[in-house]
Amino acid sequence: MRFAYDTSYSDAQQLLRYRSQWICYGALAIALIVAPWLLPAYYVGELSYLFIVSIASLALMVLTGFTGQVSLGHAAFMAIGAYTHTLLLDQGIGFIPSILGAATLTGFVGFIIGLPAIRVSGLYLAMVTLAYAMLTEQIIGRWKDVTGGFTGIPVSPPSLFGYDLSSLKGFYFLCLVILVAVLLGLINLMRGRTGRAFIGVRDSEAAAATLGIWVGGYKVLAFVISAFVTGIAGALLAHHLQFLTPDGFSVMLSMELVLMVVIGGLGSLRGAIFGAILIGMLPTLISKIKPLLPTSISSQFGLETFVFGLILALFVMFEPNGLNGRWLKLKILFENFPLYRRNTFRRGKTYMHSERYR
Amino acid sequence: MSYFSVDSVSLSFGGVRAIRDLSFDVAQGEVFAIIGPNGAGKTSVFNVITRVFNASSGRISFDGKDITHVPRHRIVDYGIARTFQNIELFEGAAVIDNLLLGRHRFPYGNLISEICWLPNIRRAEAESRARVEDIIDFLELAPYRNSLVSALPYGVRKVVELARALATQPKLLLLDEPASGLNPEEARDLAFWIDDIRSDLGVTVIMIEHDMSLVSQAADRVMCMNAGQVLAIGAVDEVQSNPTVISAYLGT
Ligand SMILES: Nc1ncnc2c1ncn2[C@@H]1O[C@H](COP(=O)(O)OP(=O)(O)OP(=O)(O)O)[C@@H](O)[C@H]1O
Ligand SMILES: [Mg+2]
Repeated sequence: MRFAYDTSYSDAQQLLRYRSQWICYGALAIALIVAPWLLPAYYVGELSYLFIVSIASLALMVLTGFTGQVSLGHAAFMAIGAYTHTLLLDQGIGFIPSILGAATLTGFVGFIIGLPAIRVSGLYLAMVTLAYAMLTEQIIGRWKDVTGGFTGIPVSPPSLFGYDLSSLKGFYFLCLVILVAVLLGLINLMRGRTGRAFIGVRDSEAAAATLGIWVGGYKVLAFVISAFVTGIAGALLAHHLQFLTPDGFSVMLSMELVLMVVIGGLGSLRGAIFGAILIGMLPTLISKIKPLLPTSISSQFGLETFVFGLILALFVMFEPNGLNGRWLKLKILFENFPLYRRNTFRRGKTYMHSERYR
Repeated sequence: MSYFSVDSVSLSFGGVRAIRDLSFDVAQGEVFAIIGPNGAGKTSVFNVITRVFNASSGRISFDGKDITHVPRHRIVDYGIARTFQNIELFEGAAVIDNLLLGRHRFPYGNLISEICWLPNIRRAEAESRARVEDIIDFLELAPYRNSLVSALPYGVRKVVELARALATQPKLLLLDEPASGLNPEEARDLAFWIDDIRSDLGVTVIMIEHDMSLVSQAADRVMCMNAGQVLAIGAVDEVQSNPTVISAYLGT
């Protein structure tokens, strides 16, 4: 058994509060640091990719999980981040100013795309963002002089303070450090006033407004923050791909990101990472399993899409709180052992909730 | 000029005239009740005060300031907080976060210091937490502090909503049917709390309520509305025995 026992309000602000947490996260940190020396090269590259999609998944989680705004356009934000970063590097700009510049431009585009969100939400917002994503793909494809069009452009290798980071290990640590920085920043933002306001906007606009939350402003802010972080992920993805073409940023990528946050568990940053790992690994997993399947199945076109859909359907039906919900249940089971109550997570009745003012 | 005044306010939805030329005043430190049959326009009065809807005419002032045209999310800065008839809590968040959201209007650091969780943010958070804990003690919410709202029974949700309104440190509190759906014991607690809110916290209260025992226990004056208009204003027993009020309830 473990009891939450605070002796001051600053105790409650510690991110890691128990020795067991220090041990777990410490072990994870050590494992991640030694991994590049223990794993075969292919998996080191694969992990770097997982770090990158985790950053993008975290970014979408801020928007969809915390403010409840659906976006089918995040692949376009990644594309803008990737191309801007690549073009800035070609101008001889250093890695850090270049990635920040790319993120800032993406954040600005997020601001523009976020403006309609003040008026529309739900399905209509999904449509607006989808249209934006398709438009971006077309613009990149047509604007040959700058983006190389559909033939694409090569990405110069990353280097920081004169060190070449294009080696597998170098790039692995680059992605890991940026992921950890983004994660910590977002944890702070989401547990502070801004994150609470996002949740307020998501759960009741009427109540949020009476508490002094400028609903429209926070909706747009969520877009800006989400786009900024997605821009960072896009810039890193450019190095991972080493060669940019518009079809690397198709609607399928946006869908995968949405799957990550839904399967991970909406409203949880931890869930965003769980979801990114699961969905990010699926293509590799499927290609490993494929040879074991009868040819009638493995030769089917669209096997991946089918598996994605199946997983989504299973989660929506059996674990709407996603991987994070599962995780919390297991954790509570261990902490309260042997006093687990099956009903701890049973949702109470939902009382009539309407955003009508009567 | 009175502390809070509604001066010939009207509101219509298309053809429906929800409020017609309504005027009333509330004194500082008063508990003022609004009663009336369903559809009388009581909630609409709150919605006009908190700027959900624009009054088609008239003027509302509070504490010497005209608040008729203040943006909706600024109303709380004038010291006005409210609850909702159908409970508008943040269901996906814990009780403590719902209450901390009530502290949104108070000074806080900028975005960068929040991302880095700098000392000024730590201080602001600890300060908010301390204020919120006072309210948790006052309304006896300690057992529910970390529960998700979606897991709470109805009566507790009502109290959480009241607590969240108090967390904004209001000068004027608008309660829309605070006792509806409460059992008699919870309703009695509520009457005492309303009394404490007025006498200890010095908050002026306007409440819409159907439960006449709560009204006679807690309110100083009561206004009865029907069809968007005032039928009677005065002491509770006076209004209750007023013949036009009785006939409005009987539907004649
Ligand atoms: N958003 C709206 N759009 C259209 N009509 C509305 C709206 N809100 C209220 N009305 C109408 O205005 C009138 C007054 O409604 P209001 O909700 O203020 O009544 P009430 O006195 O609070 O009733 P109750 O006791 O049922 O809560 C009703 O006829 C209602 O149908
Ligand atoms: Mg009402």
